Amino acid sequence: MSANVEKQEPNRSPVIPSGKPSSGAPTYRKSSALTKLKSLKAWLYLLPALVFLGIFMVYPLIDVLVYSFEEGYNSASQTSFGTGWFNYAYVLHDPYFLQAVKNTFIIVIITVPLSTLLALLISLGLNSIKKLKEVFQTIFFLPYVTNTLAVGLVFMIMFKKTPYTDGLINMILSIFKAGPIDFIDGPYWAKMFVMCFYTIWVVLPFKVLILTSALASVDEVYYKAARIDGTSRFRQFTHITLPMISPMIFYLVITGFIGAFKAYSDEVAIFGTNLNSAGMNTIVGYVYDMLYGDSGGYPSYAAAAALILFAIVFTITVINLLLSKKTSIR
Amino acid sequence: MKIRFEGLTKRFPNRNKKIKAEVVAVDHFTFEIPDGKLVGLLGPSGCGKSTALNLICGLETPTEGRIFFDEDDVTDIPAESRGVGMVFQSYALYPHLNVRKNIMFPLQNLKGEQKLTKEQMESKAMEAARIVQIEELMDRKPNEMSGGQQQRVAIARALVKMPRVLLLDEPLSNLDARLRIQTREEIKRIQNETKITTVFVTHDQEEAMSISDLIVVMKDGAIHQIGKPQEVYDQPANLFVAKFLGTPPINVFTGRIEGGKLLIGDEEILGKDYVKDTPDQEVYIGIRPEGFVLREGKDGALDGKAGVFSGKLLAIEVMGRDTSVVFSHGSSEIEGTRHRAIVSSDNRIDPDSEKVFFDLNPKKVFVFSKESQERLL
Ligand SMILES: Nc1ncnc2c1ncn2[C@@H]1O[C@H](COP(=O)(O)OP(=O)(O)O)[C@@H](O)[C@H]1O
Ligand SMILES: [Mg+2]
Repeated sequence: MSANVEKQEPNRSPVIPSGKPSSGAPTYRKSSALTKLKSLKAWLYLLPALVFLGIFMVYPLIDVLVYSFEEGYNSASQTSFGTGWFNYAYVLHDPYFLQAVKNTFIIVIITVPLSTLLALLISLGLNSIKKLKEVFQTIFFLPYVTNTLAVGLVFMIMFKKTPYTDGLINMILSIFKAGPIDFIDGPYWAKMFVMCFYTIWVVLPFKVLILTSALASVDEVYYKAARIDGTSRFRQFTHITLPMISPMIFYLVITGFIGAFKAYSDEVAIFGTNLNSAGMNTIVGYVYDMLYGDSGGYPSYAAAAALILFAIVFTITVINLLLSKKTSIR
Repeated sequence: MKIRFEGLTKRFPNRNKKIKAEVVAVDHFTFEIPDGKLVGLLGPSGCGKSTALNLICGLETPTEGRIFFDEDDVTDIPAESRGVGMVFQSYALYPHLNVRKNIMFPLQNLKGEQKLTKEQMESKAMEAARIVQIEELMDRKPNEMSGGQQQRVAIARALVKMPRVLLLDEPLSNLDARLRIQTREEIKRIQNETKITTVFVTHDQEEAMSISDLIVVMKDGAIHQIGKPQEVYDQPANLFVAKFLGTPPINVFTGRIEGGKLLIGDEEILGKDYVKDTPDQEVYIGIRPEGFVLREGKDGALDGKAGVFSGKLLAIEVMGRDTSVVFSHGSSEIEGTRHRAIVSSDNRIDPDSEKVFFDLNPKKVFVFSKESQERLL
């Protein structure tokens, strides 16, 4: 007979496999021993990486800390005169270092907010155009893959004023009956302007890339809901877009601060290696000079300066993270 | 407020750029949604339900036709000025705002004379929260709530401005089965309480049938039938509607009308009383599962008379009050279909029988033209 009977007893309680309940406890004990073994194994696998990290990251960091407290340390003879705060006192009284700190702070304070804001505006523009979107995105991303030293040279030539030519920028300025200004060897503010301009130009593409993808990842449905509720474009931006992309903005600000504090190569690209005489040195530049520059050979001073930089970056980053937690959306 | 459509049409360029032909998402809608009613827009996925809602709220502009709210032509009025509330399938709650701020969001957009004080906004938000019964969740963030609770917040946000129309796009599809039933009752209650004209989109016929005052069945952008749920179920206008409504689904067979008799294969299932003078032709015959009356006993011939309809017995499924008799038939519309008849569990069926015999309840039998698929009888 082909007819079969399905579900004849719908209320029958399911049969419990008899083996299961009694085997519960030993299974648990076994698994706890197993976890221990597993975690031991995990550490074993991690060991090579940990050894490498220890030798090439942790040890050097501790060593720099040690050097910074050793007076007149000599790396060739591995000797020093004594220990104390002497290196810090020297560095903090060195006018070149103070100038470098001032330059670094100006660059950080101007370029980080400005580049982030500019990147946000560009991304908003890119996000709202429909045609040729990819083309424009590519154009904005191009500087990221070009060599910044070469572009720095071009910047220098554009801004430079020589006895033979005023340079491209001064030609443009002369249309507006201004200048000529020597941006490379002239007044401090002019040099700082070029420096900030160039720094923003260098960091912009990455920020635009991050923000355009952040904007694109905001679900369209929020804007639809907002439109039906009569939300103005401005309020949509401030109350929906900004909070939704704020994690990315904070990410850019934090990495931006760290990057700008560690700036050095961009300065060299425009003003050459003798940054102290140009008055455009940065903290990292100072560290380099103390190690290898014309006035070099002082690893203790370099270590002290590096640790001061570390303290500054650390403090700023902690403040940033606290702020981002406070305004975080999740 | 009533909503009236006149020849409302929306065509999209095909998403697949290689195909030139446009997609007609909404095809010449002409009907009226009465004031204060809950209307279910029902149809399979991709038939244009969301597009229809988007046209009502103004997120999409029609290719042709007009939309009226009462006597006002709102076709060219932007979404923000139409005064509608909408609940999205994904709820679209702002994740960075707590429930209170989410509900207050639409109120904070009001400008000029309509502008409210903070206290007024708070009390309106509380009022909306009370209607959907989430007063104690006001300080939670969306991700700290269950799907059902988020759903209620979304409804509260749509209600807080006391919109003229409330639109719900598949509001239950992200909920689990039990919550779905609970929430749909809730939507019915809220609609009853507020008396706001509500359009409710779903692809689930049971959902639409259970809470709508009126259902609109659509397919491929076109309206197939409009009516009260029971009417549409009892009097489907065509084969599609008959198939789309009802669980288990209607059983469809091929057959013919010949000399005043309705035949499936060689069996005469209904006679002159039913067929009247419908001309001879090939037809589809739909029989609701509850339209079968089981003939008990071996070969269905307790009283020496076999039923008008027989099938090959496949299984008997007892489900408490009812029993499903699963059978196959040689004239199924789709060969090999497992048909289902729902009969009372009081019936005695010998599970070893090879065949089952039924009489039919003529009210549950529908006949459709094979050509047009329109209903004949
Ligand atoms: N913006 C659009 N562009 C192109 N085609 C669309 C667009 N929106 C919807 N469609 C098409 O219109 C039809 C109806 O879509 P929709 O209204 O979302 O259906 P439903 O909500 O009933 O599932 C589908 O074929 C869909 O692909
Ligand atoms: Mg949809």
